[in-house]
Amino acid sequence: MAHPTDLDIVNVTKRFGSHAAVDDVSFSVAPGEFFSILGPSGCGKTTLMRMIAGFEHPTSGDIRIRGKSMIGVPANKRPVNMVFQSLALFPMMSVGENVAYGLSCRGVSRAEAEARANRMLERVGLKGFGDRHVTALSGGQRQRVAIARCLVLEPTLVLLDEPLGALDLKLREHMKIELKQLQATFNTTFAYITHDQSEALVMSDRIAVMNQGRFEQVGSPRELYHSPATPFVASFVGETNRWQGEAAPASNGVVAMRLPSGAVLHGQGRAGQAASAFVRPEAVALAQDPSVLANLPNRFEGRVSAVLFDGAASSLLIDTAGFAEPVRAVLPQAGPLAGIEVGAPVHLGWTADAMKVFAA
Amino acid sequence: MSAKPAQRLTLFLLLAPAILWLGLLIVLPHVEILVLSFSERVAPRVYAFGFGNYLEFFTEPLYWRTFARTAAMSILVTAITLVLAFPIALYIARVAQGRLKAMLLLLCLLPFWVSELVRTLGWMILLRESGVIPYLLQAAGLAGRPVELLYNDGAVILGLVYGGLLFMIVPLANALESLEPAVVEAGFDLGGSRWTVLRRIVIPHAMPGIVAGCIIVFMLTVGNFATPVLLGGKNGLWFTEQIYAQFITRFNWPQGAAFGMLLLLLSSAIVWLGLRLTGQSLGTTLKQA
Repeated sequence: MAHPTDLDIVNVTKRFGSHAAVDDVSFSVAPGEFFSILGPSGCGKTTLMRMIAGFEHPTSGDIRIRGKSMIGVPANKRPVNMVFQSLALFPMMSVGENVAYGLSCRGVSRAEAEARANRMLERVGLKGFGDRHVTALSGGQRQRVAIARCLVLEPTLVLLDEPLGALDLKLREHMKIELKQLQATFNTTFAYITHDQSEALVMSDRIAVMNQGRFEQVGSPRELYHSPATPFVASFVGETNRWQGEAAPASNGVVAMRLPSGAVLHGQGRAGQAASAFVRPEAVALAQDPSVLANLPNRFEGRVSAVLFDGAASSLLIDTAGFAEPVRAVLPQAGPLAGIEVGAPVHLGWTADAMKVFAA
Repeated sequence: MSAKPAQRLTLFLLLAPAILWLGLLIVLPHVEILVLSFSERVAPRVYAFGFGNYLEFFTEPLYWRTFARTAAMSILVTAITLVLAFPIALYIARVAQGRLKAMLLLLCLLPFWVSELVRTLGWMILLRESGVIPYLLQAAGLAGRPVELLYNDGAVILGLVYGGLLFMIVPLANALESLEPAVVEAGFDLGGSRWTVLRRIVIPHAMPGIVAGCIIVFMLTVGNFATPVLLGGKNGLWFTEQIYAQFITRFNWPQGAAFGMLLLLLSSAIVWLGLRLTGQSLGTTLKQA
């Protein structure tokens, strides 16, 4: 009978001296899931991954793979394989030997290992590359060898430690899609760590946002983006406007927050004395005519201070009365506001639902 | 246009010390020895061209046996040095950090602050019948009477390995240091045992360093004179002693020159063979050394 989870992390803590790199973290990964751990560098995600791989040992807690505790099991006996940040291909071996290495470690005969390595190379689109030297491959090809080398062993879980970090932007975008497709075809459980929110959002089924050794929130990419549970998640995942002020509860779950300038904003969230409010740039509605925005609780007037053109990710910075810093909004590329220039006056507003307020 | 001759002169002047060094101290003496080795004494003070000195080598068993013994012992010494140096180099390169690393390298270097002669005499003090180790063996009840540990092959090998260790450790540690830690981890992660990782990843990576260290130690050992003479005594039977005897004791320079050329040929041939067997090129090996 199949175990309902591939990986269970139970109250794992790792201390280096008095510093807790991983602090009482628990989560489970279901079979076939693409699970990402997203966090800034130094948040403990690499330590967590190295504990799952078996290169570090937890100070307390348990790591279970398909229900079996991995405590005391050395790295070379775990049904887990890792794609390293540097890929760590074996430079002294050919592509085929790299892929066959794990099989021959398990005692598979040379001919059988070679045949299986070749079949695997074919599946990742590297047919006929077996005899090449690893240094003669492009970045994307090396990436695929590193993954093939793991998948050929049919592991329960593949760990990926920011493997796209070293690639240039274009290739990285391409590899994101390719990795996701590979994971879907092989139906292997992937645990992926990254500091790049776009990688995590695009590829993952579920994401854990990690900060200072703890999980801030675990959820689907949409949940994290639209309903962040903490101010850290709100500011780390995706672009956002952030304001500080004083909050007081208002009627029907709405919170009113007063900015230092005296301007009052209405949003959703918990009331506190000092508070932070977050609004996504795409939630900011723009109009030339103020009557269009009449039914929005937050309405302001401003003047465009900068146009940051970046294709689909373009944005506007709008100097707005009452705000210390310009408000960021998505650049309209169609409709009456398309082609808006620096200096143009504009009306802006957003709903109370679009603004998340947290106690600061 | 006028700059060109000046540039050439500068280049020539800069190269002159190196050319003089190579020419006067290495090439010229070897040419002289080569010429000398082909001269035979036909009458008192009369010399003629001939292969007699080389023929003498093959007809007198003492000579070629000493020659073969020197080659075999040197290979053995190189192998023992490699086996001893590898874990030390691995520790220095992969485990030790910062100050400890510098300290360990310094410790390897320390014995070389005194001359080879003094170091060898030190071993004699330890090993001779009335020396430290036989005394301790007797005191511990392991030997009934003082044992003579000097003047045998073991003592010669000990002394030569000791002298060669540093020259093996440095290129090995250099080679091992450049091995990316993640590559070793990947070796374990994919299911490799310690032995598999060592055999398939660490040793192949360190190969240029291994070959470089072996070449240096082998050359130093084959050409060593003081250690086999002092620690081996009459049983030392090192080929350099034969060369010394021909030049200094027998005053037969042409014979000594022929032996010298043979030793040069021997070490070159074994180095070449070693490079061929391990598939390394001299270029990459020299970079490691």
